[in-house]
Amino acid sequence: MANKISDETIEYVGILAKLRLSGEEKENAKADMEKMLDYIDTLNELDTDGVVPMSHVFPVNNVFREDVADQKDGSRETLANAPLKKDMYFKVPKTIG
Amino acid sequence: MDITSMTAVELGKRIKAGKLSAMDAVQGCLAQIDKVEKDVHSFVTIDRDEALRRAEEVQKQIDEGTLNGPLAGVPVAVKDNLCTSRMRTTCSSKILENFRPSYTAEAVCNLEKAGAVVIGKTNMDEFAMGSTTETSYFGVTRNPWNLDHVPGGSSGGSCAAVAAGESVCALGSDTGGSIRQPSSFCGVVGLKPTYGTVSRYGLIAYGSSLDQIGPIAKDVTDCAAVLEAIASYDPKDGTSIDRSVYRKAMTDGGEGQAVPGYDFMSALVNDVSGMRIGIPKDYFGDGLSAEVREQIRKAVRVLESCGAIVEEFDLSLVKYAIPAYYVIASAEASSNLSRFDGVKYGYRTQEYEGLHHMYKKTRSEGFGAEVKRRIMLGSFVLSSGYYDAYYLKALKTKALIKEAFDQAFARFDVIVAPAAPTTAPELGKSLNDPLKMYLGDIYTISVNLAGLPGISIPVGKDKKGLPVGMQMIGNCFEEKKIIRAAYTLEQEGGRKS
Amino acid sequence: MIKQYETVIGLEVHVELATKTKIFCSCSTEFGGAPNTHTCPVCTGMPGSLPVLNRKVVEYAMAIGLATNCDITRVCRFDRKNYFYPDNPQNYQISQLYLPIASNGYVEIEVGDTKKKIRIHEMHMEEDAGKLIHDEWDDTSLVDYNRSGVPLVEIVSEPDMSSADEVIAYLEKLRMIIQYLGASDCKLQEGSMRADVNLSVREAGTEKFGTRTEMKNLNSFKAIARAIQGERERQIELLEEGKAVIQETRRWDDNKEYSYAMRSKEDAKDYRYFPEPDLAPIVISDEWVQQIRKKQPELRTEKLKRYQKEFDIPNYDAEIITGSRHMAEIFEAATAICGKPKKVSNWLMVETLRLLKDHNMEPEEISFSPENLAKLVELTESRAINGSVAREVFEKIFSENVDPESYVEEHGLKTVNDEGALEEALKKVIADNVQAVEDYRGGKEKALGALVGQTMKAMKGKADPGLVNQKLKEMLAV
Repeated sequence: MANKISDETIEYVGILAKLRLSGEEKENAKADMEKMLDYIDTLNELDTDGVVPMSHVFPVNNVFREDVADQKDGSRETLANAPLKKDMYFKVPKTIG
Repeated sequence: MDITSMTAVELGKRIKAGKLSAMDAVQGCLAQIDKVEKDVHSFVTIDRDEALRRAEEVQKQIDEGTLNGPLAGVPVAVKDNLCTSRMRTTCSSKILENFRPSYTAEAVCNLEKAGAVVIGKTNMDEFAMGSTTETSYFGVTRNPWNLDHVPGGSSGGSCAAVAAGESVCALGSDTGGSIRQPSSFCGVVGLKPTYGTVSRYGLIAYGSSLDQIGPIAKDVTDCAAVLEAIASYDPKDGTSIDRSVYRKAMTDGGEGQAVPGYDFMSALVNDVSGMRIGIPKDYFGDGLSAEVREQIRKAVRVLESCGAIVEEFDLSLVKYAIPAYYVIASAEASSNLSRFDGVKYGYRTQEYEGLHHMYKKTRSEGFGAEVKRRIMLGSFVLSSGYYDAYYLKALKTKALIKEAFDQAFARFDVIVAPAAPTTAPELGKSLNDPLKMYLGDIYTISVNLAGLPGISIPVGKDKKGLPVGMQMIGNCFEEKKIIRAAYTLEQEGGRKS
Repeated sequence: MIKQYETVIGLEVHVELATKTKIFCSCSTEFGGAPNTHTCPVCTGMPGSLPVLNRKVVEYAMAIGLATNCDITRVCRFDRKNYFYPDNPQNYQISQLYLPIASNGYVEIEVGDTKKKIRIHEMHMEEDAGKLIHDEWDDTSLVDYNRSGVPLVEIVSEPDMSSADEVIAYLEKLRMIIQYLGASDCKLQEGSMRADVNLSVREAGTEKFGTRTEMKNLNSFKAIARAIQGERERQIELLEEGKAVIQETRRWDDNKEYSYAMRSKEDAKDYRYFPEPDLAPIVISDEWVQQIRKKQPELRTEKLKRYQKEFDIPNYDAEIITGSRHMAEIFEAATAICGKPKKVSNWLMVETLRLLKDHNMEPEEISFSPENLAKLVELTESRAINGSVAREVFEKIFSENVDPESYVEEHGLKTVNDEGALEEALKKVIADNVQAVEDYRGGKEKALGALVGQTMKAMKGKADPGLVNQKLKEMLAV
């Protein structure tokens, strides 16, 4: 049952999660993940056939807002913590080459 | 008068009676902070000037008679994952080291409306991921009962601050036990409300479907008072439950279940006669320290002697709660924490080549090891091809766990359990084996999965003098039952033993 | 023998809904505005903020679903789609994957004389992203979250189309339906309607689909047509060379008329969808569906039938007018005032269409009021102004929505009915144009036209040309 996490998988998950791990961190991450997945695999002992997956714990439905606009200018607060900005924009590395 | 030994409600009474001012109360806490903070390190940020200014404002309102609740003028500490516009909010992470939110969390607003004065933001495990408060970017918090031990986590700063008298009461958050376990380790009372009771608006999310904000206090009375102040239906939180409407919907739907309201202080009644208390056998087996078991036995006997009907039962599924939890919480965390990318707020790495390099470098430098570990796990279990095997399986397990509790609550009013398998471990002993650390959450985690309320109250100490906490779990919306049971225990000797 | 290829096309159409506020917060959806002004903690992904669903979004989505013959999903839910990009402030988009609000519908299109059903696979609600602007000065990108959180529906068709003509007919049909519902203005240029084209080719007669590509950045019907042609040729060329088509997303550059693969190692396309824990499920009752159904406005097909019954206008006119809900509304309102459908229709069919074309405008952008058009019809009918004056006044109505009565009054454009002045002018014209008079009397009918023109000129255009004609004939007959 032991899970094996390959270098490629760690690399791939790093791309998804936008994390870059050092060589040592990678080895640790592999070991951690294998251990956790083995542990998580104990769930397979449970027969869950026909069980409806529960994403929300209470049967609360149809929580809505009415379509009424708040007209205030939010730019100052939105930009207040920006690491880099230009004029009233957030500034980021070039997106499309 | 020693402010540091007073409860919030006692302090509030004296302030109302004019024997003390809100400024005296704040000064008292600040003096205690000066004395012990260098050892305990409960806080990430303390704002003395702002706290005193607020205290003056509150005192004015008290004098004018516009503020007269039990918490008017009472100093409080707030866990640093709750947004405050007047103080930076860091989640004890480098990535938010200098983040100053534009708004204040609803729960904190509610507390301030009740006249409480926020003196500072408390230390925590980074992004609430941990059980020891050792993963904080700002350094560890120590257990005020023994500085070589951890205070527990993730709300370790809040619990330590209350235990050390640096704050009269505090707010924490609980995703898998983060209020109850450190409350147990620090000998204070902590309550995790039913999911949807306290607005999550302004709580920086870890596991959105599990997170709840709750009170941490010196006694059950304070705990009920703070909960009463912070609980509300908030239209800004789509998962906040409007208890009046919810009750109607259920009744009209034929379920006939009335949902109790927010008047938690009305449950401060010394009476458990006829209350049915369930003891899940599976919680008292291997892995539970003998000392903890003994203290809990003693407490249960107190309840029994007060007329409670105590019975053992099999809760079942206990060992599946932790794996299900780590799948769900890590998956949600991997998504919730993706917003920290160096674009809009928080830390951005200095040098980078291109967008994705900037993302990766920022996040790798900004997050600590435990956070990265959970983000990696969460991203993996959601990734293509694994969703059904892990995430869906975990959601099904969650449904079964909820069902097991539903069955239990058909028989019992309150379920009694340990809050943690042991008392507080020594500093530096937990992080090297994450899985072992995760197993420490075994008694608290299923409560979050099922959305239930749970309280931890001190029931004694071990040989080293470290506090032992006992957990009482209620059915959803039944906070008042666990408050009543906890209050009775407290009155009848839970605290003395 | 040269192989024959057929093209298989499916569309993903994004439509911005016409709500006043964003899908999950109360920020305005209004266009324009300085960068980041229409923002709040929710639509900029601030830590601790939470989404709350705008009811109107669900209602518009249901309306579109019903109008496109979809089944409405009675318990639907939002999911998170996770990917990192700076226009997406949370680095996840709240969308629907597992239980989209509508599915299994169709619309009917007509190309030439052939009718065809285009099936709709599913339709879901989601939030729009912010805007990225390239900053040439220091070679960076700039982010504006004003559009972040604007509600969208994405309509995903089955691969039922086989040509650019069908694609455009399908898009026009969708646009018509959605505009009629008032659920969106569907402007391709402004991005309130966007289409991504999924295209593959296969040898004619084969059953199996080829590998498809997805093309983005198509901002006009023309671009869509060119992109389909370009992509078809590119794929056929690859196949002819024995190469494989790669399943990928390509970005169409309409200036270069070529598409570029949007490929990156960092772009894993693994969106890790999971149910959005911050939003409660949506349960749609029969009553709610009925309520939306009842509120559905008359759609184009029904309107067209009614016009043919109710108004004495040519079928062709009715088709053009009902082609835009806005134009149809102007037609109906103006006709209700003046009671002359044929005349109103003429103004719309001739002058309005001409001016729209001249100004490169869409019928939705017509800004004059039906009242002013009705007044103009009445002014011409009562012969208070003549045709050429009317056209001049109409241009003013079209551009500035002037009141034709006061405009005519202020500028002294009323037809002069002073018979004395007209007779003076006629006499002078006859005297000054001896040759033309001779020609006319000699049987050259055409010469009369020149004389009418001279008279109109002498009257500064304000005479009734019919009357001038008649008077001239009388005088020359003597």
